[in-house]
Amino acid sequence: MKEQLEQLQVEALEEIKQASTQKSLNDVRIKYLGKKGPMTEVLRGMGKLSAEERPIIGEMANTVRTSIQSTLDARIEEVKAIELEEKLRAETLDVTLPGRTSLPGHSHLLQQIIDEMEDLFVGLGYTIAEGPEVETDLYNFEMLNLPKDHPARDMQDSFYITEETLLRTHTSPVQARTMLEANGKPIRIICPGKVYRRDEDDATHSHQFMQIEGLVVDEAISMADLKGTLEVFVKQLFGEAREIRLRPSFFPFTEPSVEVDISCFKCGGKGCNVCKGTGWIEILGGGMVHPHVLEMAGYDSSVMSGFAFGIGVERMAMLKHGVDDIRHFYTNDLRFIEQF
Amino acid sequence: MLLSKKWLNQYIDVSDLSGQALGDLITKNGIEVESVTNRGEGLSGIVVGRVLSCEKHPEADKLNVTKVDIGECDPVQIVCGAPNVGEGQYVIVAKVGARLPGLKIKKAKLRGVESHGMICSLEELGFEKKQIREDEQDGIHTFRESVQVGADVLDLLDLNDEVIELGLTPNRSDCLSLYGIIHEVAAILERPYTLPTADATSSSPSAVTIELATPNCPYYAAREVKGVMISESPQWLKNTLIAEGVRPINNIVDVTNYVMLEMGQPLHAFDSKKLGNSIVVRQAKDGEEMVTLDDVTRTLDSSMMVITDGKVPVAIAGVMGGASTEVDATTTDIVLESAYFDSASVRKTSRTLGLRSDSSARFEKDVDPERVVLALDRAAQLIEEISGGVVYDAVSSGETTSRARQIEVSIDYINKRLGMTLDRQTIVQILERLGLTTEGGDVLTVHIPSRRPDLELPADITEEVARLYGYDSLPSTLPASQSKGYLPVINALRRNTRRVLQGGGLSQAITYSLTSEAHATRFGGEADQLVRLAMPMSEERSVLRTSLIPGLLEAARYNTARQQSNVALYETGRVYTEHGDTLPRETERVAGVVTGLWMDHRSQGTRIPVDYFVAKGIVDTLVETLRLEVTYEAVSMPDMHPGRTANIVMDGEVIGYVGQVHPGTSKDVYGMKEVYVFELNLSALRGEETLLYQDVPRYPSIARDLALVLPRATPAGVVEQTIRQAAGPLLIDLVLFDVYTGENVGADEKSIAFSLKFQDPSRTLQDEEVTAAYETIVEAVRAAHGAEVRA
Repeated sequence: MKEQLEQLQVEALEEIKQASTQKSLNDVRIKYLGKKGPMTEVLRGMGKLSAEERPIIGEMANTVRTSIQSTLDARIEEVKAIELEEKLRAETLDVTLPGRTSLPGHSHLLQQIIDEMEDLFVGLGYTIAEGPEVETDLYNFEMLNLPKDHPARDMQDSFYITEETLLRTHTSPVQARTMLEANGKPIRIICPGKVYRRDEDDATHSHQFMQIEGLVVDEAISMADLKGTLEVFVKQLFGEAREIRLRPSFFPFTEPSVEVDISCFKCGGKGCNVCKGTGWIEILGGGMVHPHVLEMAGYDSSVMSGFAFGIGVERMAMLKHGVDDIRHFYTNDLRFIEQF
Repeated sequence: MLLSKKWLNQYIDVSDLSGQALGDLITKNGIEVESVTNRGEGLSGIVVGRVLSCEKHPEADKLNVTKVDIGECDPVQIVCGAPNVGEGQYVIVAKVGARLPGLKIKKAKLRGVESHGMICSLEELGFEKKQIREDEQDGIHTFRESVQVGADVLDLLDLNDEVIELGLTPNRSDCLSLYGIIHEVAAILERPYTLPTADATSSSPSAVTIELATPNCPYYAAREVKGVMISESPQWLKNTLIAEGVRPINNIVDVTNYVMLEMGQPLHAFDSKKLGNSIVVRQAKDGEEMVTLDDVTRTLDSSMMVITDGKVPVAIAGVMGGASTEVDATTTDIVLESAYFDSASVRKTSRTLGLRSDSSARFEKDVDPERVVLALDRAAQLIEEISGGVVYDAVSSGETTSRARQIEVSIDYINKRLGMTLDRQTIVQILERLGLTTEGGDVLTVHIPSRRPDLELPADITEEVARLYGYDSLPSTLPASQSKGYLPVINALRRNTRRVLQGGGLSQAITYSLTSEAHATRFGGEADQLVRLAMPMSEERSVLRTSLIPGLLEAARYNTARQQSNVALYETGRVYTEHGDTLPRETERVAGVVTGLWMDHRSQGTRIPVDYFVAKGIVDTLVETLRLEVTYEAVSMPDMHPGRTANIVMDGEVIGYVGQVHPGTSKDVYGMKEVYVFELNLSALRGEETLLYQDVPRYPSIARDLALVLPRATPAGVVEQTIRQAAGPLLIDLVLFDVYTGENVGADEKSIAFSLKFQDPSRTLQDEEVTAAYETIVEAVRAAHGAEVRA
């Protein structure tokens, strides 16, 4: 029986080795270890053995059985792995083919600038105010210290609807409205919005454009506060290294009035084509709210003071991103919009 | 305003500063300098020459061969093409080796004849045509007074000068004259200065009478100068005028212009013999006509002020003189006018006539009453010096009121507004530099001279202190008080809307608010609600939009016409309609346009063209993300496909629409085949602001399918509503998953199939309960729509 067992083991192991599918291995298992297989037969014949032989053969039979079983198990794992590998190989894709994209659309560049400004100023304690785009002469001009016969007013510069109403020429009327509503209380707002001027559209002019107006009214608001605020804004939009320079200027609704230049972000102030060799770029105007404007809106200008500034959004975008034609913002060419 | 540095230097020493350096200081402390021009830039080797002989070129009709003495050993031969060249003339010669703007003069052969240099026009020296005498505009310049052959032309014409262009803001009209600029520069540089003065001595009484018959002329003064000799002005006067951008005309007109530039007071010279002795200033009569100096016949009206000879207008006051009394070569006696005209009156007249002049530009901004007589005397003096003649006594009518006044301002006010702590002395010294004297201690009384009308308030004094102290020295702070910043609800909603639409693949467009009437009346825009511009620049931009769709379609057309056939754009913005109130109604909308392919995964075999359901899907996504409930109702509206358009309804109110643009409109008007659009009132999209937690279901749900056969015309959306109403709260989800028309149902029928999901949040549902609900639904749809369950 010993020889028989040894023979059995050799044959079984050989067949396991030859088998290369899970099915044939299963056949091998049934053949050798199954109820009708030779192992069962050997074990069944154990009863005829002597008492001395029985444990020896028994142990041997167990060893053979375990050996077949474990070889079989190992082989099954091996074959499984091979089969899986083959299956996966068959599933191979060209992983460089295009993906199924679902790309989000793009925010308009002007919108991105406005969003950035809104977020910045909300963080500085401001809120956002809006007003009508068709305004009365009163809010667009008179409340801003531009009486009817003021030289800075020109019918030719504005789109009038009637004698008394027009497309607002700046976002400043929102200032006037907000101040009246505030009824003498402090204010801290920015007002982004569309404005309109009678200009022929060309590379640098647009009859419609966007402004962001800032207004702070409180006790003891100073020119230094305006300077500090504009520095924060300029660094946010154009980078930490930017400096600003205030120059005297004139707006009917502010006094003192300033034009604000930033140190050129391209050359850092050495002089280049962007800053026309001066090292500085003019970016916005502002000043201390004119006492007449404060008084007209119901503030006591001897107690309350304020600053205001106005930013051209297109100009910011053109400077920051090197856009060379203002009309790009309004033709809505996807090849432009999708760049940002 | 142009400023000749040489001219300025006569009154304040700026010789140590380059034009650029001076310009930078002016910009930093007061007035923006727009440009600094070196008039002699790129010019060298240019001398006076005398034409010794001038003969026709043997080979070319239009050329002359000249011999010119240029002060060197031998005369040079120069070929010249100017029509006005002639023997004996003193001319400008660019020698061989000379430089002109963009040009270097070399020895040349012109049609076989050697030419050693070039005889120049003033244009070739960089002059603008408008600065050049009319008879020399197409030819060379000739000197009319004695000049030295070989002399440097740059010196003769004062081209070694720099011109600073000041960009004057409307408040700084005080610097529309050298007189004002001298004060400004002296304050900036802290240097001593002198001012132009007048010395017109006379002892001959004038026969001229002045009558002021209009309140728009408070003061009018005149002086006669008799026996003048009209000629060209001396070179220095011409040079100054040209540097200041004014064309020399003759020695009388030139002096009036010169004094205007110097003093800021416009003057006018009449030919005394043509004018007579009577001057009456009055308003024009409606329809009255006169010919102005530019030979244009002007029709006047009663809003315009005129100078008359007692009968007819001889000048439009402050704007332009008349041709009938013009000073010309035959003039011997003149009447000089210097007046104070009302600024608003001059501005209005100038606008109405569309006629602007250096004179009107100054009167519009209000001239200094203190300089009216000074300028008159100055001009009389110069005319006497230059043109000869006898100056007569001044005559005048009315009176002038000086604008000199006082402003009280405290040291504390100035410091608070600036955020600084300047001491009294510093402030007083700055004001003194400007010629503003002060009195007082902590509260200053500042004396403002008549020449500075812009200084009216303490804030104006604050600005003067700040700009001269220097904005660079201003500290940087942030407002001290605290306040809460926040994004208002409408801004947050707009941001959410944009986020959802962009997430869906639409890019943001910004289109013009102004459009044509044709566009504004599309998509239901009512002609009688249009907001129209009073004076549009073009028909294309003459009314305000009533819908965002036409602008978006224009944008889509722009793209599709440029090989970008897949377009998905949205816009948020206002539309405007007229309802008889002071201001039109402004409504914020959100709209979108989609055309071409919605999904293009060709490598994966997927290409989904945009269709109605893509457009509706965008709206569905938007309203669902904003947690709003809307229904869709088929609708027929202008410019939209009659069978593929739905109103979007919320709480019984139409808040927008979605659908295909009518193929006629999209093709004929916007040049595209199949385009889908949607538009919604943005403010209607405001949903729940605070969301309350709902239990996450702990019990299983039960699903049932329901396939119905019903009349084809019944909208699925309506059936859906019936199902929801009938099912009660157990129905938690309803998805339409199939629509079928064809052989297996009747010709007028269709089959639609829903997947229903039932659930009770508080317990496990029993099958029987679901079956009961299902039966109720079946009954309801049968009753409402004649629908039968499909076998």
